[in-house]
Amino acid sequence: MALPEISRSMLRNGLVLALFAVVTVGSVSLLRQATAERIHEAERAAQFRVLQEILPPDSHDNLLLDSTRDVQHPLLGYSSPLPAYVAMRQGVPTAVILQVLAPDGYSGAIHLLVGVNADGRLAGVRVVSHRETPGLGDRIETGKSDWILGFTGTSLQEPEPSRWAVKRDRGAFDQFVGATITPRAVVRAVHNALQYFDANRETLLATDALQPAPEDALERPESVREPARHSRAGSDAASDHLPANQPHVQDGASR
Amino acid sequence: MSTPNLRELSVNGLWHNNPGLVQLLGLCPLLGVSNSAVNALGLGLATLLVLTCSNIAVSLVRGVVNTAVRLPAFVMIIAALTTCIELLMQAFTYELYQILGIFIPLITTNCVILGRADGFASRHNPLIAAYDGVMMGLGFCAVLVVLGSLRELIGTGAVLANMHLLFGPIAAGWTITLFQHHEGFLLAILPPGAFIVLGLLIALKNRIDHHLAERARAAVQPQAPSASRRVRVTGVID
Repeated sequence: MALPEISRSMLRNGLVLALFAVVTVGSVSLLRQATAERIHEAERAAQFRVLQEILPPDSHDNLLLDSTRDVQHPLLGYSSPLPAYVAMRQGVPTAVILQVLAPDGYSGAIHLLVGVNADGRLAGVRVVSHRETPGLGDRIETGKSDWILGFTGTSLQEPEPSRWAVKRDRGAFDQFVGATITPRAVVRAVHNALQYFDANRETLLATDALQPAPEDALERPESVREPARHSRAGSDAASDHLPANQPHVQDGASR
Repeated sequence: MSTPNLRELSVNGLWHNNPGLVQLLGLCPLLGVSNSAVNALGLGLATLLVLTCSNIAVSLVRGVVNTAVRLPAFVMIIAALTTCIELLMQAFTYELYQILGIFIPLITTNCVILGRADGFASRHNPLIAAYDGVMMGLGFCAVLVVLGSLRELIGTGAVLANMHLLFGPIAAGWTITLFQHHEGFLLAILPPGAFIVLGLLIALKNRIDHHLAERARAAVQPQAPSASRRVRVTGVID
């Protein structure tokens, strides 16, 4: 039976489109299979590089990526359990790297890795991702300034608890010229992580039930549900972002 | 349809009909990732590759697809190619892939690509279409890189930082610091800087075109008969 002209062309076009869909989807899935191994390696390598910055290879003899334990606590900032990496030497835990979210950065949450040695001293802190203002708040990155290296070696007792704040709040840590909110958020998050470590040292440093990290272990904050941002006073917001070309004034001193 | 010559295609893609400066297509990625040279080059090369491959593919199937379903078919080709590029970048330049983020999948929606597919590649043979794709892609990439380098230079005082994300460890020392103790002119790196610098680039291009036209006119007037050849020579400087 002959179809009317219009149905014939619809059928033909539909078939052409279906053919296109099969060919394009097919080629994408072929390439996906071909690159899966390589992508998996690249993801692990990227994770490994960040972890290695905090705990250099000679500080432990186990594979950090294969010794993780999921942890979750309000002090860590995340609303879902995320892996913590346990470093060991000859079977004895020497340090743990926690994933910490500073929810109150200037433009959203700041994702941090906080390495704590078994004795409670910080092995190091690194920023995994953030959306702070370029040139002001982004000095928390190691590529931009050495500020974040200043945490290494500090602990809950040193400086004393009341000095765990930026200098502007009579604390021990520098803030940035023109940006106080960002360092304040990072200092608070690191302090929280230390408190969490102190309260849970035994569970964190236990050697049993360790598992390999999932590929997307170091989540980007965009894909994690962010806790509500803290409201901030107007004066804070004003001092945090000076116009770019204005001469920098040492804040804190003038107030 | 007449077959355009290759020289004409190059001049069009790189200058007279440049996607970034004249057609103003694909502005979203152009403004979004041009805050440093490495980001700009990374996305520029990805776009160049997708554009060239999609031009070839569209040209190859131009006999099969009729006008009613051509757009969905072309979009499918472009989306598939973009996903392939995304997978490859994830496999081989993982850190750059993380930095460019959403802008890689967004290559699919870059109007330059659909525009060239529908407006050019679907009417020409694969070789010509590929050449046009390369030239248009180079034109787009060049604007991106110039914009990215300028913004990086003004904003941070250095260019070509972090090139190792694209070229591996050999490129680690490529950073050129022009102003040693530059405090950074933030506006250039922030989004408004993209609009301002792009505006200045377009103004500069128009100025040059105007200047060339003036010169050509001046050359024509004294000795009209022999002038036509000179006009062409000065007209294609880019």
